[in-house]
Amino acid sequence: MEYSLFILIAPFFLFLVLGLLGMKMKPKVAGIIGTIGMGLCAICAYTVAYQYFFQTGRVGEEWQQFIPVNFEWLRFTENLHIDLGILLDPISVMMLVVITTVSLMVHIYSLGYMHGETGFQRYYALLSLFSFSMLGLVVATNIFQMYIFWELVGVSSYSLIGFYYTKPSAVSASKKAFIVTRFADLGFLIGILILSYYTKTFDFGTLTANHAELVTTSFAGGTFMGLSLATLALTLIFMGGAGKSAMFPLHIWLPDAMEGPTPVSALIHAATMVVAGVFLVARLFPVYFFAAPDVLTLIAYIGTFTALFAAVIAITQTDIKRVLAFSTISQIAYMMVALGVSDYGGHDGLGYMASMFHLFTHAFFKALLFLGAGSVIHAVHSNEMSQMGNLHKYMPITNWTFLIACLAIAGIPPFSGFFSKDEILAAAFHHHQVIFWTLWIVAGLTAFYMFRLYFRIFWNGKRDYNEHHKPHESPLAMALPLIILAVFSVFTGFIPFSDFISSDFMPFHTHIDWTVAGMSIVVALIGISGAFALYAKNSKQPAQIAQSLGGLYKAALHKFYLDEVWMWFTQTVIFRYICMPIAWFDRHIIDSAMNGLAWTTQKSADSVKGLQSGQVQFYAWVFVVGSILIAVLVLFF
Amino acid sequence: MDFSNFLLMGQEIGLIVVFLILFSYDIIGSEKSKDRWFHWVACIEFAILTVWGFLPKPAGEAFGGMFVSSDLTVLMKNILNIATLIVFLQSYSWLNKENSLRRSEFFTITLVTLLGMYLMISAGNLMMLYIGMETASLPMACLAAFNKYKEKSAEAGVKYVLISALSSGIMLFGLSFLYGAMGSFYFSDLSVQVSGEPLTILGFVFFLGGLGFKLSLVPFHLWTADVYEGAPTSVTAYLSVVSKGAAAFALIFVLYKVFGGIEIVWQHILWWLSVITITLGNLFAIRQTNIKRFFAFSSISQAGYILLGIIAGNAQGMEATVYYVFVYLFSNLAAFGVISAVEHASGGKTSIAAYNGLYGTNPKLALLMTFAVFSLGGIPPFAGFFSKFLIFMAAGSAGMYVLLFIALLNTVISLYYYLLIVKAMFIKKGEIDAVKHFSSDVYNQISMLICLLGIFATGILWGVFSKLYF
Repeated sequence: MEYSLFILIAPFFLFLVLGLLGMKMKPKVAGIIGTIGMGLCAICAYTVAYQYFFQTGRVGEEWQQFIPVNFEWLRFTENLHIDLGILLDPISVMMLVVITTVSLMVHIYSLGYMHGETGFQRYYALLSLFSFSMLGLVVATNIFQMYIFWELVGVSSYSLIGFYYTKPSAVSASKKAFIVTRFADLGFLIGILILSYYTKTFDFGTLTANHAELVTTSFAGGTFMGLSLATLALTLIFMGGAGKSAMFPLHIWLPDAMEGPTPVSALIHAATMVVAGVFLVARLFPVYFFAAPDVLTLIAYIGTFTALFAAVIAITQTDIKRVLAFSTISQIAYMMVALGVSDYGGHDGLGYMASMFHLFTHAFFKALLFLGAGSVIHAVHSNEMSQMGNLHKYMPITNWTFLIACLAIAGIPPFSGFFSKDEILAAAFHHHQVIFWTLWIVAGLTAFYMFRLYFRIFWNGKRDYNEHHKPHESPLAMALPLIILAVFSVFTGFIPFSDFISSDFMPFHTHIDWTVAGMSIVVALIGISGAFALYAKNSKQPAQIAQSLGGLYKAALHKFYLDEVWMWFTQTVIFRYICMPIAWFDRHIIDSAMNGLAWTTQKSADSVKGLQSGQVQFYAWVFVVGSILIAVLVLFF
Repeated sequence: MDFSNFLLMGQEIGLIVVFLILFSYDIIGSEKSKDRWFHWVACIEFAILTVWGFLPKPAGEAFGGMFVSSDLTVLMKNILNIATLIVFLQSYSWLNKENSLRRSEFFTITLVTLLGMYLMISAGNLMMLYIGMETASLPMACLAAFNKYKEKSAEAGVKYVLISALSSGIMLFGLSFLYGAMGSFYFSDLSVQVSGEPLTILGFVFFLGGLGFKLSLVPFHLWTADVYEGAPTSVTAYLSVVSKGAAAFALIFVLYKVFGGIEIVWQHILWWLSVITITLGNLFAIRQTNIKRFFAFSSISQAGYILLGIIAGNAQGMEATVYYVFVYLFSNLAAFGVISAVEHASGGKTSIAAYNGLYGTNPKLALLMTFAVFSLGGIPPFAGFFSKFLIFMAAGSAGMYVLLFIALLNTVISLYYYLLIVKAMFIKKGEIDAVKHFSSDVYNQISMLICLLGIFATGILWGVFSKLYF
């Protein structure tokens, strides 16, 4: 399957072409080139997926790991070399399908949505760069390659969030995203270094082989400040994942990242990049499970808390993209919890499978939600709920597809979200009761805030649109991706995921646990009816409830003041007590050492200047005397 | 007679064929056709030779061990070919606008020096090496004095020929000692017999002086600045890259193949030579106001870094050195491409002040120059970073940490003066008679494009390079 290399080369090539020559093309041409290229890339990814899942991937019962391409890129020493390659196994192939599909949809959608924007070519070039980086990340054969693409993803996300770079809020949002994720990546890098220092390898295959034997043996007994070194390394690696996947308390960049164009939010901040952290933990799952099970517990708790926390905030937000952003945080946390509560092997690995399943279904319905929101924003030119309402009359396609996505995320059968969420709840149910009940409540909250969003956009609210500026359904380029993604959101739930993906590469059978499923349907229905009661018609009740909640409501509206806490932490603690002394040291000690070096150099340069006299006889003299001097030195000293 | 020996000399024979064609064309062709086609024909022909060089070649010894060909020598000659091709491309404006009558001489003389360098690399006998060096040196003086009516150029030629004669003398002197001590010039004999006896060491040191002259190591370097400044810019480029590269390659073979037995002695010598070469080269570079003199001293200090790779005395060092020269070729020639473009457009200005505000008028050239000096200074992601890293690794593998530290410190100093150029181009304001916006000739544009690609690709792909050749 060497041709899978094309999946990486195509978007990179597109990036070069659009980036270097884009400004010489008409915007439309650049967009179409980008879209067609991405289409070819998607076709290739589907072919790989078909061949892998239905022809060559399974030998006997077990799914195989293929490395069709591997190339030693930088070779430092015998042990230390960085390879670039392509690793095909169930989760990476699945990710290839997800990324190329959503990316293609976003490419098509943007033809309509971004029409007439300045920098249209740059936008497509950056989309290609992002697709390339994300695809490179998921097929990485080793953790260092993953790290390289991880950072590339960060850079392209940074430049896309700041796409409207004349808007100060977009600029500061892009900076915030970059700094927060870079901060987390510092942990990731240190984790990688510790891990590879002990195991002497970067390679995923070697790390995870035989129940991560290599990691457990090479770390055996190593401790640092009372923590086992393996725990430390894997926690740090998780820190990188938590940054990208917006886990509490590193989630603060994601809501602000909504400053980017809406299709970008759909691709990067909903479907693909933000699940990189989940993918990272899944990729290293055997290592986590066997070498540092306590980190998995930590992941489960952080995930549970984040899911609840983000869902509560989502209820109070009035910017529709921000509601979706918090919903994304909450749903990713769901996936993290699923990994955290998972065991290894067979049916015990249900959580692992459920996490990947939810990642898969979520990518489609969340991309659909964002693109639907984009369609709404395109029509009413605002992000605020108060400017919307009653849109079902004007935008039937958006209305129906958005409704499907809402049903999917709320977990109503037979939509896809129901199946994946049910597996996560079932995994949690068998693992830990507190986690299960929290997730159960979150499921209810999710249904509630999603339908609050739905009703406020499409039903109640402002009805008197300006006669000249009536909202209208979006053009075909935007409607088509909505329809395709809606189809995905309906049917992907029926894929028997456990046949394909499991923690130990052995297929197993799952069945719907109707106790859990029943409870989750009930809570979802409660949430939906609550939203219906409060928001289907224009009423004063929501405001009254908000009033009665007082402080709690205000805190949630302000995202529990976490931005402020971080601001205080960086400005007062880090800047004053860490940065200022370092700055002083830099300015006085380092700079004067450097100035001293420069001064000495200048002075010595002055003093040797005379040597270059321009007289050739002197040159010859130095030549001869130099030779003799060397001979004398070597012979007698 | 057995002609199979000549098969091993494929590249040399190819070079001679190119030479003969150009020579005949020069004699037979009309002035009009030469004005139009000569440069084009020369570049195409040489490009074909360069590409052909990359095809697989037989390896072995010819003429009783006088001549050696191996994959490594083929690679080295290919590297020199690429550099020479770039120099040819860069010489277009200079040759066709100022020296159209003697255009062909430049090519033929350069090809002869290149032939000498081929022989230096492929030598299996010290006498052969010496003859190669002479073949490379004498015509070089003609090249340096190519603009013979310009005082500086004539001076450069004279200085080069005098110092080169002196260095050959000293080298021959050393060779006679070696012959006296061991009774043979063949590498294979010498490598067995070499020992630490004083006569051998004395011979070795004088012999090293000859190669040190070509590499412009301190204290054999004093000619460098004057010759680089006076010689035509394309010749300076050729001297600083091709001539130096060939000497470095020959030095590798001599040290590894012949004097492997007295490694401790030469490691000791090279240790000191590289320290003073890097340091003095840097110190002088800081003070320069002429860009060609500036690059003369920069190339002296680069030669010191090359020694750093050779000094390791193992396969890793060899790989690092060859790679270093390979990368250095693109970086330095990129700079010289810009220099010759600016020189031509400004009517012969070579002062650093002429570069003030270049970014404002010619942003592409300024950027290329910036990439070139960054690569020379060893800043990632440019190729120079990877090559410096490799030679430092090589020196580290030989346990020379003090040397490594001094070299690193010198890297900082070198960054300072490389940044002076960048500062001139980007920050300083141009004067009234500053270089206006211009576009250079197509040949030079191609050469600079090749260099630009080289600066990026050779670094990122060093894994491929080392896999293919080592």
